[in-house]
Amino acid sequence: MTTQPNPRNASKYPILETAREQVLARGEGLSESQLLEILELPDEAIPEALQLAHEVRLEHCGEDVEVEGIISIKTGGCPEDCHFCSQSGLFDSPVRGVWLDIPELVKAAKETAATGATEFCIVAAVRGPDIKLMNQIKFAIDRINAEVDINIACSLGMLTQRQVDQLAEWGVHRYNHNLETARSYFPEVVTTHSYEERLETCNMVKAAGMELCCGALIGMGETTAQRAELASQLAALEPHEVPLNFLNPRPGTPLENQGIMDGKDALRAIAAFRLAMPRTVLRYAGGRELTLGDLGTREGLMGGINAVIVGNYLTTLGRPADADLNLLVELNMPIKELQKSL
Amino acid sequence: MNATDTASFCGHCGEPAAQGGQVAEGERPTSDAHQGCQQRLAMEPPRYCPQCRRRMKVQVTPLGWTAECSRHGRVTP
Repeated sequence: MTTQPNPRNASKYPILETAREQVLARGEGLSESQLLEILELPDEAIPEALQLAHEVRLEHCGEDVEVEGIISIKTGGCPEDCHFCSQSGLFDSPVRGVWLDIPELVKAAKETAATGATEFCIVAAVRGPDIKLMNQIKFAIDRINAEVDINIACSLGMLTQRQVDQLAEWGVHRYNHNLETARSYFPEVVTTHSYEERLETCNMVKAAGMELCCGALIGMGETTAQRAELASQLAALEPHEVPLNFLNPRPGTPLENQGIMDGKDALRAIAAFRLAMPRTVLRYAGGRELTLGDLGTREGLMGGINAVIVGNYLTTLGRPADADLNLLVELNMPIKELQKSL
Repeated sequence: MNATDTASFCGHCGEPAAQGGQVAEGERPTSDAHQGCQQRLAMEPPRYCPQCRRRMKVQVTPLGWTAECSRHGRVTP
C-alpha cells in the first residue's frame, strides 16, 4: 500500500489547509460553515490561524495599516435601545447629552491628522440625522476640508435617500453603519429598529458611490454559529471596511453584566473575519483593550487586522496614540498614506 | 478642578468616595468598593462630579477628554 507524503508545512487542521488554498491562493472568502470551523478551532490552533490570516492580509490588502480617529459630535440622548450602548437615552446610563462645537471638531481633526491618520469619522448618537444635524455636518465638512488634510467619514444612523445623496455630494469619503450582530440575534440586541432597516442604509450608501464601513460588535451573548453568520452576512455586503468591536459592558445598559469576551475567542474571531473577507479593511475598534490587552493587540495586528482607531473612542478611552503608532513601527507596518477623494 | 482634588464622591459611580465621604487632597478614593472604579477610571473619563456627584458633561476626543460640572466647572485629567 502506498501513502501520500504529507506536503511540507501542511496543517493538521483541514479547515486551515482549505483556507490556505481557497482564501490565500484564490482570494475567495470562507463560507459560513467554514467560518464556524475556524471559530471552533482549539486553542493550540489559534497561532496558526492568525498566521494564515496575516498572510491573507498581506497578499490581498498589502502591508499598510489605515489609521483613523473618531469623535462624537452629538453624545448621549439617543432614542434607540441598542442594548450595548451607553448613549441610549432609554437606559439608566451616566452618559449625559453633549454637543461638540465646530471649532473644537476642527481642532480634533487637526490633532488626528497630526498622528498620521488618514480618516476622521464624525459620529452622532441619533436614530438618523435631522435638518439641524445635517446642516452642522455640512458646515463641519467644509471647515475641515478647508483646514485639514484628512478623509472625512460619518456615522449618523439610518439615512433617507436624499441624505445619502447629500453626504455623497458634500464629499463624505466613507459612511459607517454597522450591522452589529447576526440577523438571527439582532432582535435580542435592538428592538427600536430592525436589521433590515440597517441593511437598507448600507445598500443605499454603496449605491451612491460612498465607501461603506459596516462592522460588528461581538461578545454580546451571541453563539459561535451566530458569529459565523455575522461574518458571512458582512462578507455578502462587501463593505470597504469592517470595524471589529468587542463588547465593553457599560453601566446602566442591559448588557452591563454580560462579562468581557475571552481573549482567545476574540483572536479566533479576528482570524475568521479576515478569512471571510480577504480584501476588506479590518479595523480594531472598541473594546480591544479590555478583551485583548497589549499582547492581544499585537497578535491581532499580526493576525489579519490592518486598521486601527487611534487614541480614544466615542465615550471611553483607548490606548495612548503613541503606543499604537510605536507598535506599528516595531512591527514594520507602514501607516497608509492619504489619497484624497476627488 | 483637578481629578485628584478633595473628592467626596467617586467619579465613576457617583457613590460616596470613602467612609465619612471625604478623601485627602492628592489621594484617590481608597475604599474597597471603589477599587473596580479606579481601574475603570484608567480607561474612561469620570462621569460624576467628585464634589457634588452631579452627572458631568463629558466630551471625548481622539487624543483627550473634558468633563464639566454645571456647578463646579471643569475637571482636568
